[in-house]
Order: sequence, then C-alpha cells, then structure tokens
Amino acid sequence: MSEGLVSAADLQALLVTLQLAGLSTLFLLVAGTPLAWWLARTASRLRAPVEALVALPLVLPPTVLGFYLLLAMGPGGPLAGLSLAFTFGGLLLGSMVYSLPFVVQPLRDSFAAIGDQPLEAAACLGAGSLDRFRSVVLPLARPGYVTAAVLGFAHTLGEFGVVLMIGGNIPGETKVLSIAVYEHVEALDYAQAHVLSGGLLLLSFLLLLLVYTSGFGRRVTP
Amino acid sequence: MSISVDTRLRKGDFELQARFVAPATGFTAVFGPSGCGKTTLLRVIAGLESGAGGLVQIGEEVWQDAKRRLPTHRRAVGYVFQQPALFGHLKVRDNLVYGMRRRPPRPALGFDEVVDLLGLGALLGRRVPGLSGGERQRVAIAQALLSNPRVLLMDEPLSALDQVSRLGLLPYLEDLQRTLDIPVLYISHALDEVARLTDFMVLLGQGQVIASGAVNDLLTRLDLPLAHGGEAEAVIQAMVNSQDERDHLTELGFSGGGLWVPRVDLAPGTLVRLRVRARDVSLALQPVSGTSILNSFPVTVTGLVQDGPAQVMVSLKAGEESLLTRVTRRSQRNLAIEPGSRLYAQVKSVALLA
Repeated sequence: MSEGLVSAADLQALLVTLQLAGLSTLFLLVAGTPLAWWLARTASRLRAPVEALVALPLVLPPTVLGFYLLLAMGPGGPLAGLSLAFTFGGLLLGSMVYSLPFVVQPLRDSFAAIGDQPLEAAACLGAGSLDRFRSVVLPLARPGYVTAAVLGFAHTLGEFGVVLMIGGNIPGETKVLSIAVYEHVEALDYAQAHVLSGGLLLLSFLLLLLVYTSGFGRRVTP
Repeated sequence: MSISVDTRLRKGDFELQARFVAPATGFTAVFGPSGCGKTTLLRVIAGLESGAGGLVQIGEEVWQDAKRRLPTHRRAVGYVFQQPALFGHLKVRDNLVYGMRRRPPRPALGFDEVVDLLGLGALLGRRVPGLSGGERQRVAIAQALLSNPRVLLMDEPLSALDQVSRLGLLPYLEDLQRTLDIPVLYISHALDEVARLTDFMVLLGQGQVIASGAVNDLLTRLDLPLAHGGEAEAVIQAMVNSQDERDHLTELGFSGGGLWVPRVDLAPGTLVRLRVRARDVSLALQPVSGTSILNSFPVTVTGLVQDGPAQVMVSLKAGEESLLTRVTRRSQRNLAIEPGSRLYAQVKSVALLA
C-alpha cells in the first residue's frame, strides 16, 4: 500500500490490530487447549455451566462485555491492581474473552471427534498421557487448530464494541482498525473508510476461505 | 507361570465378577454369549477400566492388586481391538513402530520378523485409510506384537471382517498360534474358532466365570451349556500315523485308538486337532461289523444328562480323550447305558482343524 492510499495513523492502527489479533489468538490456543480438552472429555456436572459461559461472548453485545471488563479493570475492580484499563494489555485480555468461543469450540469438537479408541490404543502401546496428547491428539486435531486459529484471528480483527469500552483510542497503543473506520466515517472521509473497510473485508474473506478450503480443513479419519 | 485374574467391576446395571487362572502360554479362549462381559474383562486386564479393583497378574508381573494399580501405559499389554484402532495420521510403517519406540521389541520378534509373519511387506508405505478390513487387522496385530507385550489380548479380531477376509486372516492366526511364545487371550463367540485356535478356555456367562480349563474338558463337561444341543462337539489331539495310497486315506492315532480320514498331506508324526461332533458318534454294545463306518473304538461312559425331551447327551472316555454323543432315551434304555458302561463308539466323520 502506498503512502498516499493509507495514512501513517491508519497504518499504525493496522499494526496494532494485527498484533492484537495475533497475540490473542496465540494465547487463546494455548489457554483454550486444556479448557477444550476438559469440555470434550469430562462427565462433570460443571460441564454445562462452563460450556454456557464459554459461549456467552457469542450472544452478548460486545458493549456489555466491554462494560463489565471496564468495571473489572477500573478502580476498585478485581483487576484494578494490574492497571489494564486503556492499555494494549487490557485490550488483549478483552479480545481473549471476546474471541474465546471461536477458539475453544472448534478445538472441543475436534477433540471429541477423536474418541477414546486411538487414545486407548496408544496407552496399550506404552504411551503416557502427555505422550498420547502430543503423538495422537495434536496431529488428529490439526484441522480443529487451523479452524480455531483462523476464526479467533479473524474475529479479533473485527472487534469494535469491546475496544470502544476499554480501549481508549490511544494511537499506537489501543487504536485499532475498526475504530479508525468509525472515525473516518464520523469525519465523512468515506474514501479512507473504504480503503480500510475494503481491506478488512478482503482479509477476512481470505481467512475464512482458508478454513473452508478442503486442503486445510481436511479431517484426518482412520 | 500363569495369568491370574480376580476382579470386580460395576458399570451401570452390569456387574463383572471374574476370577480365573490361565496358563501363561498358548491361546486361551474367552468364550461366552454377547454381553456376558468378555470385552470388559479384557479391558480390565489392560487397565482400561478405571473402576476395576482386584488382582491382575501376568507371570511374575503384578499389574494391579489391592495396594496398587499400574496405568495402562505401564502394562506391557498388546491389545487387538474388535475394530482395528490404527492411527489415521500415520503410514503403516509408522503405525508399526509407534509401540516399538516406547517398548523396544525383543530381538527374537523384531520388525522384520513380525512384518514377515503377518505378510505386511507390501503395505509399509501405505496410508491407513486405503487399507482393507483384513489388512488393518493384520497391521493392528503386528503393531501390538512389536510393542513387546507380556500378553496379547485379542477381541474377536475376525468378527468385523467379511467371510473372505476372515478366511484370509485365519491362517495368520494359526501361524501365531504355532510361533508365539507369549500367552494370548482370545475373545470369541464362535466355537469353530475356539476349537481351531485355543487350548484353554475361560467360559463367561452374565459377567461371571462359569468355568475355566482345557478346551476339550469344557466342551465335554455335561454340566456346562457347551455340551448341549445339536452342535455339541469334542476336540481331540491326534497324530498322523500312516498313509494308505491305494484308498487315499490317512490313518490318525490318538490315545483311544486309530481313525481313518480322507487323505491329508501331512508327514507321519505331525500332530493334528480333530473335531468330533456329538451327532457323528453312535454307540454299540459290540464291535460292529458289516457297516460302512470305518472308525470304531472302545469307550467308557463317564456321564449322561437329559438333552431335550427325547434325547440324552452322553460323555465318553476313549484313552485320554473325552467325546460326546447324543442318543435317544429309548436307545439309552435298550443298551442300558449308564456311567461306567463299556461300549464301542462308531464315528461317522471327523474334521481336521489344524
């Protein structure tokens, strides 16, 4: 993209957005793996409530989510000590909550699809539990990881409501692409809004195409 | 050396309460009707049923007792599942070495030997999804053998296969039966597989071990359900004695006498297993002449039990071997058949099993 097409401020917003999406996806994949594994295999009565909590960000207005996150991070909130409000770190935490179901649900489904038998077979062949996870679960759940990563990333790219509540619109720190689009529209600068919106649309489409293209989403079946 | 199991497990409505001692060599059949707990018993031995308490001991290795319980991956167990559980993301070769890497095989039964034994040379580079049912089961057996197990557990390895694949896999199992030096617990509910492959039997019914012992002892025990109905049979050990070239017959000898069968191409001295159906055996008071039946030998009646309204099942001893015959109650009365009677058995046909 040339200098003329995208302003330096917008480029900065793009960079923050990509960092935010990349990091929150990475952290979610790591933190979501044990959670998804537990959801896929537990017989506990806690499964249903936890499942519902994980799915909440799917249905809640992002502003509601952002509002409670703001209260939590604000003075007197449980996370006040971390001084996360209006920082990139706070945004990262918000994005992880916001995109949680998009990462955890595909992982949970791909873990559940593996079933008991490959794991029992691996145990009989001398593989301990970590070994089984690494040598059987991870390769068999690969399509789930690809889906989770792409959905988590793409969903975070489009985040708006949560950022609006807890971000604070600080250039280079918390100002993301969707906010930049909003500001351009407010300023009636439709040309700039088009460039950013069109770019985001294309990127999101390509990412989703990646998920649904058979090459990546292919299931490994025995 | 033996396999000792004494376990209890409750799963919903089902309760398994199994106690037996089986030899730590050869094939042992785990036999019984569907739903009697055969698979659950094998899963307990492998440590796959977390709720199962009690004793599991293979030779000197205690896998679980009242004090401790080894997790599955610490038990040197080879498990061949009813539906082969191969790793779909690995090629055949990598499936085979999965267990080898974690429990190195003994040199006597290494990669090349096992690949040979199960005829897998041409399959090594193949992917699992392209394999036929019979091929998968052979790969699964090889995979289990290569993990250096102390015991091989096979859960009806033939049952998921069509008739053609089944007949194709059976010779491999017979090879294993001749060559393996580890014990095999082999689940089946098909009596012909049991008669063909196994020496010892653990008979299950409704979650309990009803009896355990040498296969032929159980087949011919009148107090057990096996020795009832038209399909009752005995399995006896015999040896090839001589060939009659003119009539194309082979003479087999067993401890109770000799038997002529249509010619089989086996050298004198070869040991064979014979199946003798109860319905192919009849009894006479004297050695009979003037009959087309070639095979006759003296027997002693060891027991009898009512089998249906018109018939009785009679157990017989010929030398060391036990046989069954099913006669009408009228014949029983006319011939005064009772325990201890000395009679002559006529055998219409026998089947050579292996």
